[in-house]
Amino acid sequence: MALNKDKRMAEEQAEFKQQTKQILKRFGRKRSNLIPILQKVQGKLGYLPREAMLEIAEFLNMPDIDVYSVVTFYNQFRLNPPGKHSIRVCLGTACHMKGGYITLDAWKRRLEIEPSETTPDREFDLDTVACVGCCTMAPVTVVDNKPQGKVEPTKVDGLLLGFELERKKQKPGGQLPTDEA
Amino acid sequence: MKAAELPTIVSTFRDIKDRAESHWRELRDNSKAVIMVGTATCGRAAGAMEVLKALRDEVKKRNLDCPVIEVGCMGHCYSEPNVTITKPGYPPICYAHVNPVIAERLIKEFILGDDPCLEFVLAAAEENDLVPSFSDFPRAQYEKKVVLKNCGQIDPQQIEHYIAHGGYAALSKALQMRPEDIIDEVKRSGLRGRGGAGFPTGQKWETCRYAAGRSKYIICNGDEGDPGAFMDRAIIESDPHSVLEGMIIAGYAVGARYGYIYVRAEYPLAVHRAEIALRQAQKLNLLGKNILGSDFSFDIKTFQGSGAFVCGEETALIESLEGKPGLPYNRPPYPATRGLNGKPTVINNVKTLASICHIIENGAEWFASIGTDGSKGTAVFALAGKVVNTGLAEVPMGTTLRQVIFDVGSGIPNGKRFKAVQIGGPSGGCLPESALDLPIDFDSLTDAGAMMGSGGMIVLDEDDCMVEIARYFLEFTQRESCGKCTFCRLGTKQMLEVLDEITKGKGRIEDIDMLMELAQDIKAGSLCGLGKTAPNPVLTTLRHFRDEYEAHILEGRCPALMCADLITYYIIPEKCERSCDACVGTCTVEAISPNKQRIKVIDQEKCVKCGTCLTACPPQYNAVIKVSPPSEVPAPKKGKTRK
Ligand SMILES: Cc1cc2nc3c(=O)[nH]c(=O)nc-3n(C[C@H](O)[C@H](O)[C@H](O)COP(=O)(O)O)c2cc1C
Ligand code: FES
Repeated sequence: MALNKDKRMAEEQAEFKQQTKQILKRFGRKRSNLIPILQKVQGKLGYLPREAMLEIAEFLNMPDIDVYSVVTFYNQFRLNPPGKHSIRVCLGTACHMKGGYITLDAWKRRLEIEPSETTPDREFDLDTVACVGCCTMAPVTVVDNKPQGKVEPTKVDGLLLGFELERKKQKPGGQLPTDEA
Repeated sequence: MKAAELPTIVSTFRDIKDRAESHWRELRDNSKAVIMVGTATCGRAAGAMEVLKALRDEVKKRNLDCPVIEVGCMGHCYSEPNVTITKPGYPPICYAHVNPVIAERLIKEFILGDDPCLEFVLAAAEENDLVPSFSDFPRAQYEKKVVLKNCGQIDPQQIEHYIAHGGYAALSKALQMRPEDIIDEVKRSGLRGRGGAGFPTGQKWETCRYAAGRSKYIICNGDEGDPGAFMDRAIIESDPHSVLEGMIIAGYAVGARYGYIYVRAEYPLAVHRAEIALRQAQKLNLLGKNILGSDFSFDIKTFQGSGAFVCGEETALIESLEGKPGLPYNRPPYPATRGLNGKPTVINNVKTLASICHIIENGAEWFASIGTDGSKGTAVFALAGKVVNTGLAEVPMGTTLRQVIFDVGSGIPNGKRFKAVQIGGPSGGCLPESALDLPIDFDSLTDAGAMMGSGGMIVLDEDDCMVEIARYFLEFTQRESCGKCTFCRLGTKQMLEVLDEITKGKGRIEDIDMLMELAQDIKAGSLCGLGKTAPNPVLTTLRHFRDEYEAHILEGRCPALMCADLITYYIIPEKCERSCDACVGTCTVEAISPNKQRIKVIDQEKCVKCGTCLTACPPQYNAVIKVSPPSEVPAPKKGKTRK
């Protein structure tokens, strides 16, 4: 069992390396390309695994720690794998004043995770953003890259129910055991 | 420009313009109806894409010759999704809150029939006898659209629309002028940077033009880090070419070869539309080598900012363009002499650049005739919060806050009372009722402790706690502080801790003095604008709303009933209706249950204070209230309800 897991991890790492290399082919070896590279790699892999960062550092001929410091400086980059669905609660001024923090509490309560975490079943990841530019619909939650307006605790439950139904539809007969037990 | 090139520029541009105009005429040839759907982010959040699809499906199903095009944001974000229909024989009519069902009806009843569905109308775009028009709105008296002129009127993804509306004529004109004369024109117009600081744009360009160094850069600052603002996003999404045109003219004026549009990655649609615009401009040789046959060459790339507020600061922005963490550095040297890659660089805000083509087209005198003595032109605001007409507004500088909030914004919804307006974002402040008659320009608000900032305006009403909003902004700046300066890094943290305690009712009266002291130290000890202005929200609220701080500290009471630790939800037994279970069902944590008399009671241990029950309780009972301090709640008597 444990052996299997190690093997899977090694495979995954090799895959990350491979895909990162693929993306790097499109860029020149200039430090000013670092952020665009990180954005492309995260766009592909969903986050920035260690292997990808090492690969990028080598490509740009810069210390690993400098890549890491850029990754941790900017809010956009994530170090853990995302969930299938991304939940971004807006805590911009307008949303905050219209109860965005209450909405965040509701998501935290239902998903049982903190911001910047992913649920153990990797279904959802939760994060906050500062103003996505539709303050007029406050409080806003960006669900799978689509801003949803007026998300109050009851709408949180509604959205989650929607995902639940979708999942049931895809797997007739309800939940199948996942191999990720 | 050499004299021999002038005829080429003129004739090349005339060809481009002719083609664009015939393209536009084909669309609006008065023989068929045209439907325009606002699909900027605000529209999309309200469901504009579903409406667009419904309209297109219906048109296809019925085989209609009726183009359905996407346009940007008209600024009436409160009424999204907006659809505008131009049908021969009718004025262009704009509909509000359209959904797929209404969309279908519009096609059936208006496009196919003759019923313009007046029940869904927001207003007509032109004056007429049938429906009230936008010019009848009270706000029309105060608005003056310059930068927002095209927003919501054209398809931002079709360069022909922009050109047919007069676009790129300023570029063609500029290329026939000497760079010095352009700079002179911009200087005489009195244009000041719209990014917040209000630095004279002409002067910045001149410095850059005469700075040593051959390669120079133009950067458009579309970072828009203020967490309550969306003007720049709306402009890039709705009229990207006006920004490009400004950048190209700037490039020609200062002698730059490359430009960058720096847009936040949180604004994917803006990035996407900017990229489409760039490709289309290249295709027509409005960008690239030898623009319009002149000897001026210029290229622009987009760059996605990665979500750090401090990167809106010009030196931090440059660092991040160079692939480093965005830490501001000390000025001088200013970017205009030493910027990106050590080369002279002009950084301008989106709205600054979008104003340029209007100045070149209409002349410096025209621009300078709008606004006040020290601040020329218009100001664009993003109105949000507790105001009826949330959205975008453009007014001449010098308009008062009252006019913007009450005339353009139509005041406070739900009959609530105005309390304050937060202007200038994390660097600005909260101004009370007494400041409402101040004219808005770069200099006037500074005396009141706020600043115009880049245009975010959040209206607050009696339900908003002033201590909490100060705490909110401080939490924001504290998190976004890059950590370089000690006072900014640690001082804001300490201020935040004090404010946290106050909002929890654990503050001490000495804390107020300590906040003032810390604020002074942070202002003095910080290198960039982030730290220098971070204490402003606290200082202005202390100055204008000190009584609220005192109520939190001395009485453990939040007058606005907002701070979670200082309130309790309570169901008034006398008002609670036995047969109603609305709150029980909606409570997200099952904290409400009926007692023996079927009067609903909240289990305070379980309650998470989300307020759902208060919204759920039907207005005819209105039994749920908030109480502050929590000790005011009458203790439940065993078995019996209080009479
Ligand atoms: C913390 C901080 C954040 C800023 N954010 C922005 C921003 O989001 N957009 C912007 O245009 N300017 C921003 N500025 C101002 C820029 O440093 C710079 O003054 C501006 O881009 C210059 O353009 P302008 O002359 O057209 O105003 C910010 C400044 C500071 C100190
Ligand atoms: S504050 Fe949430 S979208 Fe602007």
